Amino acid sequence: MTGSLAVATTAAAHAETTLPAVGAQRAAWLLLVFPLFAAVVLLLGGKRTDRWGHLLGVAMPLAAFVYALIAFAQMLGYPGDQRSRDVQVYNWISAGAFKVNVGLQLDQLSICFVLLITGVGSLIFIYSVGYMAHDPGRRRFFGYMNLFLAAMLLLVLADNYLVLYAGWEGVGLASYLLIGFWQHKPAAAVAAKKAFIANRVGDAGLSLAIMLMFTTFGTVSFAGVFHHPGAASPGVLTAMGLLLLLGACGKSAQLPLQSWLLDAMEGPTPVSALIHAATMVTAGVYLIVRSGPIFDLSADARLAVAIVGAATLLFGGIIGSAKDDIKKALAGSTMSQIGYMMLAAGVGPAGYPFAIGLLLAHGFYKAGLFLDAGSIMHGMNDEVNMRRFGGLFSVLPITFTTFAACYLAIIGIPPFSGFFAKDTVIDAAYHDGTTTGWIIGTAALIGAGITSFYMTRILFMTFFGKRRWAEDAHPHEAPRVMTWPVILLGLGALGFGAFEILGDRLAKFLGPVSGYTPPEPAVFTLAGGVALVLVVIFGVVAWLLYGRRPVPETAPAAGFPVTAARKDLYGDAINESLLMRPGQWLTRLSVYFDNRGVDGLVNTVAAVIGGTSGRLRRVQTGFVRSYALSMFLGGVLLVGALLLARI
Amino acid sequence: MSPGNFVALAVVLFVIGAVGVLVRRNAMVIFMCIELMLNAVNLAFVAFARMHGNLNGQVIAFFVMVVAAAEVVVGLAILLAIFRTRRSASVDDASLLKY
Repeated sequence: MTGSLAVATTAAAHAETTLPAVGAQRAAWLLLVFPLFAAVVLLLGGKRTDRWGHLLGVAMPLAAFVYALIAFAQMLGYPGDQRSRDVQVYNWISAGAFKVNVGLQLDQLSICFVLLITGVGSLIFIYSVGYMAHDPGRRRFFGYMNLFLAAMLLLVLADNYLVLYAGWEGVGLASYLLIGFWQHKPAAAVAAKKAFIANRVGDAGLSLAIMLMFTTFGTVSFAGVFHHPGAASPGVLTAMGLLLLLGACGKSAQLPLQSWLLDAMEGPTPVSALIHAATMVTAGVYLIVRSGPIFDLSADARLAVAIVGAATLLFGGIIGSAKDDIKKALAGSTMSQIGYMMLAAGVGPAGYPFAIGLLLAHGFYKAGLFLDAGSIMHGMNDEVNMRRFGGLFSVLPITFTTFAACYLAIIGIPPFSGFFAKDTVIDAAYHDGTTTGWIIGTAALIGAGITSFYMTRILFMTFFGKRRWAEDAHPHEAPRVMTWPVILLGLGALGFGAFEILGDRLAKFLGPVSGYTPPEPAVFTLAGGVALVLVVIFGVVAWLLYGRRPVPETAPAAGFPVTAARKDLYGDAINESLLMRPGQWLTRLSVYFDNRGVDGLVNTVAAVIGGTSGRLRRVQTGFVRSYALSMFLGGVLLVGALLLARI
Repeated sequence: MSPGNFVALAVVLFVIGAVGVLVRRNAMVIFMCIELMLNAVNLAFVAFARMHGNLNGQVIAFFVMVVAAAEVVVGLAILLAIFRTRRSASVDDASLLKY
């Protein structure tokens, strides 16, 4: 990889200096306090807060969003190289050479995430007020959602890996609570557990990476680690990168830790929107981009990131193309889109701005798509099977319009956001100039086609064709508290991409963090043109299959590839046969050894002592004279022994 | 009279006491036998003190007497309590405290 060497030299230079925050930015901890306050009040307040709980639960994220806007405006006032600001909150750990401060870092990268999390998050929260209106657990729901938001904000604001890890774990906990929110449904409880365990595997990777950083650099702060990453040997850096990648795979549902994402659809729909758009799955991408200086120095680790991204991109797309459950089809789409972002991150500094750009655009349209799916379920008695939808465009006009906007954005029709965001990713992959770059870029191109296929399929199965509704279904438009957030998200999906990409706004904004300045603003590239052609072809194919022909109400029998895709490409089966069954054998063997071996030994000793003492006990007869006799005999023996010893 | 005779008497008294403790059932008699054994030992102590011209044995005899007196007080109190509840002074009857 000759290209990567040049990248490495530029990367060393981009260790940006972080200045102390001044003015309004000094109160950056407010971002955490707002949602955390709501979570604490709602979760500890109990039933007393039932009546106004959701209002507080919406107000706090909105307050955080307003503060984020103020901090953002202040940041824009600084010149580009002084925008990274640091707020020290308190000294957390001080043990000899190991010192960790809870510090928050406001820079170009974290502010992007903060705005996305609080902005899109607030819209999802507002939507939830209507969606969860009839749920007895609405207050608890808002408590968990705020906890989720607070954890995610801690994750992106942390200025060192240990605090990041705290947020990372908080996100895992909150996702567990929310996916299993309807824990009376066994499927939801299992899905929550699965998400938690799959994440745990990734968390182990991240914690090992942090330990490795501490042993190598003696510090876990971003500033310390990124100051001179070249001090570590290439092997250590690669190991660090791969461990970070493992962590990212867990949170971002990338291969091989992808299986939890589809099951996570058991949670309420706003949770899916929050997990897929604003929080959780974006954390992995953030981790990779934030750890850029490490990946810059290890071509192998970057290659691994790109390969994982490309594989997941195709994997998720294929699954999404076969699912009849609208939420699961969208979940497959999320896997695929996050795969794009990982792929872009794997390209190196040139890919970071595009990974983040796609991430932000994706935040809008994926949240919109999920909330639309929620609105459809709301009107269709919680039906999720797209084979029972059909012809909804006339009864749900607002939902249809917003869905169509997000649809255009995700498949990448110009001038909507997906086009700019995605094509730059593909272009960046090709620009790497190596064979792997070409392979990965081609995978991304095919992925663009598949995206068009499954999204067109969802669109036609849901909104067009014959009405295949259940007999008691009376679809109706959702209340305004649910439609307005979706409308805003739809507008964002339409406009945001052009805004961020035209004139390379986002790439320039992120430049000081990513260490990459775009050479020439290139809107229409060859790769983009090919992608557009593929998008149209695949879209037409999907229309031929699902738009022109009637959709059967039950899934028709299908050949091996479709069956495999319906079964998540056997992801669960592979996990089960490779990990679960051997694991169970191992535990059974350990239990057997423990019962027979360890316990057997201990129990035998105990049984021998118990049996012997049970017999000896009989000596204690209660007859004083027999005691006297034994004392007498003992005395005689003693005297006899003494006499013998004398003689 | 030679001190050896006192020792022989002490042995005889001790054996009588010991046999009495082992074979008799009446708690009162057992007490008396124990006293007999204690006093046999006292006699032996005094005799040995005389034989060796050492006062230690005589001092110990006083100690034994004190201990014996205390023991009798406690023992008789227990005996009285048992007799009040069971109307019997047989040690074989008071055998509840066992395995």
